[in-house]
Amino acid sequence: MKITKEEVKQIATLARLKLPEEKVEIYQKQFSAILDYMEKLKEIDTKEVNPLYSPAELKNVFREDEVKKDLDREEILKNAPKTDGEFFIVPKII
Amino acid sequence: MEFESVIGLEVHAQLKTRSKIFCSCSTSFGQEPNKNTCPVCTGMPGVLPVLNKKVVEYAVKMGLAVNCKINKYSIFARKNYFYPDLPKGYQISQYELPIAEKGYLVIQTQKGEKKIGITRIHMEEDAGKSIHGSGDGLSFVDLNRTGVPLLEIVSEPDLRSPEEAVAYLKALRSILLYLEICDGNMEEGSFRCDANISIRPRGESRFGTRTEIKNMNSFRHVQKALEYEIERQIDLVLDGKEVVQETRLYDPQKNITKSMRSKEEAHDYRYFPDPDLVPLDLEDSWIEEIRASLPELPHVRYKRFLAEYGLSEDEALTLTSEKELADFFEQSIALGVEPKKACNWILSEVLRLLNEKKIGLSQSRFTPELFFKLLGLIEKGVISGKIAKNIFEPVFMEGLDPEKYVKEKGLIQISNTGELEGIVEAILAKFPQEVERFQQGEKKLLGFFVGQVMRATQGKANPQLVNSLLLKKMG
Repeated sequence: MKITKEEVKQIATLARLKLPEEKVEIYQKQFSAILDYMEKLKEIDTKEVNPLYSPAELKNVFREDEVKKDLDREEILKNAPKTDGEFFIVPKII
Repeated sequence: MEFESVIGLEVHAQLKTRSKIFCSCSTSFGQEPNKNTCPVCTGMPGVLPVLNKKVVEYAVKMGLAVNCKINKYSIFARKNYFYPDLPKGYQISQYELPIAEKGYLVIQTQKGEKKIGITRIHMEEDAGKSIHGSGDGLSFVDLNRTGVPLLEIVSEPDLRSPEEAVAYLKALRSILLYLEICDGNMEEGSFRCDANISIRPRGESRFGTRTEIKNMNSFRHVQKALEYEIERQIDLVLDGKEVVQETRLYDPQKNITKSMRSKEEAHDYRYFPDPDLVPLDLEDSWIEEIRASLPELPHVRYKRFLAEYGLSEDEALTLTSEKELADFFEQSIALGVEPKKACNWILSEVLRLLNEKKIGLSQSRFTPELFFKLLGLIEKGVISGKIAKNIFEPVFMEGLDPEKYVKEKGLIQISNTGELEGIVEAILAKFPQEVERFQQGEKKLLGFFVGQVMRATQGKANPQLVNSLLLKKMG
């Protein structure tokens, strides 16, 4: 196993996922399989190959610095879990 | 045992673009909550960020101004963490291949000039703001600031005292203001600073365990927080205890730092290249165009002011710290104002009003032309220096012509000997005892008589003339 149960739990915590105990082992196996595959890829000599940071062959995609208004606040706040018409309201986080 | 401190600073500077870094929302400050938001900056599914070209231009500008190597090939990364004011669950930042690296700037210290290394400069988006309700168990999130462009500027651990740290911050802020890419307002948070700090016995070359200090909203806070933290770390070591690697918050009310989170609780950001944004591959010609647009920078101007105008180091440093002030100074001199005089007035009267009104020079109505006229009135003896100071505020704030103003208010100096003689005689007649004391050698009473004449003339009497008349009459 490339990865411990504790590491699986830590990854779940970082992703804010609640992982039932019985799933931990499943993910442990799956994660390890992914890492094994990565190991296999490592066998290829990539010394002369630059890292690929984007699959798109585009570069330098810019917009000009211009202000545009797409939606009113009312529309935006429709997606809020809770709102008073001004703020997104969430459970207290401090 | 003697200790030295080792400090590195991380500055976040908000860029003065009109629109946000990855969407077309306005960056205007002080809007109603969530007015400056759209599906991109609120992290709605399916949206794509598109980079604001101005942000790249400003980042390159700053990189060049602090002698960095510009990475023509540069990419964006996702920094992952959960917080309600970060709607996507990640901040778009740069990690590998930041836009600029390996620069430096020069600060003035008591021991002379010192080069402070700049590790890297990268572009990123700001987060929103949360207001925490009291007792209702709720937090209120405003995403207007989400996506406002920031430059993160990281220094090498080259600073050795709180004074050097503050000098570095002032120099950095000054450069940002000269480039006109950031408004530098620490209280409003458009110029923010975190510090990494450790101590070690003097002569030791290894670093001690460091702490990170946050929440310092003014130069004074930075100075105080670092002083406190150095003391705290030295006390720990002298007591045989260990400094713990942790993040600490500065509390300006109590003037202490307190633990916020330790290394074990430290974030694990899992950076990876952002697949939504394509790489940058800047043209040399664009970089050279930006280089050519750089203004004369504060340090160069400082040296020129020293050499050209015979100012002291402090005077030259203050004048050149803000471009507006330095420009005003030089425009006044071009009109014929004497450098030393211009400097004295700007550093005393002008700065006093700017501080009092909490404004910048461009928000006043004062011009070099008005300044030239005002000083001309003193020189020609039309008004005294004291009257000039009295009328300075209306001239400065409302842009009133000092020549007209002085005439209208009847403030023209009395330099007519005959007229003053009568007033002086009346005063002497009113205070016979004081005259006697003066004649018996109590020479400091001269000031009293000058004051009385000034009061009688509402400050309009020519002081030199009053002095000589008094001495003549009583002598």
